[in-house]
Amino acid sequence: MNDAKVVRLSVNGHACEPSTPPNETLLETLRGLACFEVKSGCEKGDCGACAVLVDGEAVDSCLTLTWTVEGADVTTVSGLGTMDSPHPLQKAFIERGAAQCGYCTPGLIIAAQSMFDNDTRDPSEDDIRLALSGNLCRCTGYTKVFDAVAEAARIIRERGESS
Amino acid sequence: MYAEFDLHVPRDLDGALAVLAQSDEPGVIMPLAGGTNMIVDLRARAVSPGALVSIGKVPGIRGITIRDGRVRMGGRTTVSDMLRHAELGAFAPSLVESARVFAGQMVRNTATVAGNICSGSPAADLVPPLLALDADVTLASRSANRTIPLSKFYQDYKVMARRPGELLTEVSWDAPAANATDLFYKLARRKGDAITVVGVAVAMRVEAGRCHGVRIALGSVAPVVTRAPAAEQVLEGQAATSERIDAAARAAMDAVNPIDDIRASADYRSHCVQVLVRRLLTRAREQLASGSQKTRGSRP
Repeated sequence: MNDAKVVRLSVNGHACEPSTPPNETLLETLRGLACFEVKSGCEKGDCGACAVLVDGEAVDSCLTLTWTVEGADVTTVSGLGTMDSPHPLQKAFIERGAAQCGYCTPGLIIAAQSMFDNDTRDPSEDDIRLALSGNLCRCTGYTKVFDAVAEAARIIRERGESS
Repeated sequence: MYAEFDLHVPRDLDGALAVLAQSDEPGVIMPLAGGTNMIVDLRARAVSPGALVSIGKVPGIRGITIRDGRVRMGGRTTVSDMLRHAELGAFAPSLVESARVFAGQMVRNTATVAGNICSGSPAADLVPPLLALDADVTLASRSANRTIPLSKFYQDYKVMARRPGELLTEVSWDAPAANATDLFYKLARRKGDAITVVGVAVAMRVEAGRCHGVRIALGSVAPVVTRAPAAEQVLEGQAATSERIDAAARAAMDAVNPIDDIRASADYRSHCVQVLVRRLLTRAREQLASGSQKTRGSRP
């Protein structure tokens, strides 16, 4: 097997140079960088708990080999907002009670942000269901998640229109 | 990940083909596209290549062009690329529908048309529409390129015409005529993030009241995604009467050889082939009779 090599990544705006072997997934690399908000779930592409934005598009980090995304901008849910200044999605998830155990929440928020950035900022419920079809939540039953994403979309649109 | 392999990330097509040319034994050096099947298979030890060649940084093999009556799609085009393309829905409504019901968003953002074709899964959702569209695939290697019909690509379960040194770089098909339509339906346990129980694609056009270019393709009901030529012949050159459509649907059911698995029984799959072929052919007939098929320039 090839030796480990240094891979350049931007993670939430910070330049990182982790040393990674060829069989390391982006999920393993990110958790190695203490991005513990990125969760490991099914490791098959079904649950979406490991979703992160790679150059603006949501991908399952468990199915992505780190070497193949060298030079990419990686954004985890921690890169979208902070405790002091939460992203509208994070705020809406709290206000709408869209998180229970919280394990799936980082992936759900990343998938929703990817829809806003790449598909639509004015999603119908069908659009939201389509965008979140790769995220499993075993607690909430999804209804409050859909409500939260619709609410965040409305807030982001209004903010965009007023600025 | 516990699986061990070498990984090449070439920056151009020549670099990728040079690495692939290093072994003529199947499964030793394998292309890696989106990885949404490959990484799962590596973890499960279903494959154990010595090396992978990522095509993720290879330029020039991603994107959709429609020119001179031909639709061309680079092998690295993702499922989401198909959904975001403004024109594709008018040229291949069945393919866009299959992209919409394909896995979940993150997989759609990553999975490629070449990877879906070359995974060899009988449940590969993009393949029935591409067979119904009579698509060709272009296989590049260091020595030559060749283009073959997708209908000749699958030989047996996970056995394909791609040679070890070859990379699937393009999928292409003739843009359907204005009096043609193509449709796809995925039957699965859920609407999203589910593996197909039965996938059906149909394509046809009507001239002077008679059906031509009838193609029916079926997924998840045989070791490979397959056409149903006996069913197609029932309609070809004939008026699409309800009796003819029923007969074609029965012929499609008779042609398949599904298995029992955790998702459905063989009997249920056979029954659903008949139901879905009849429904899609009926809908195609209605669209063509009313002129409501999606055609160039008329996309809503």
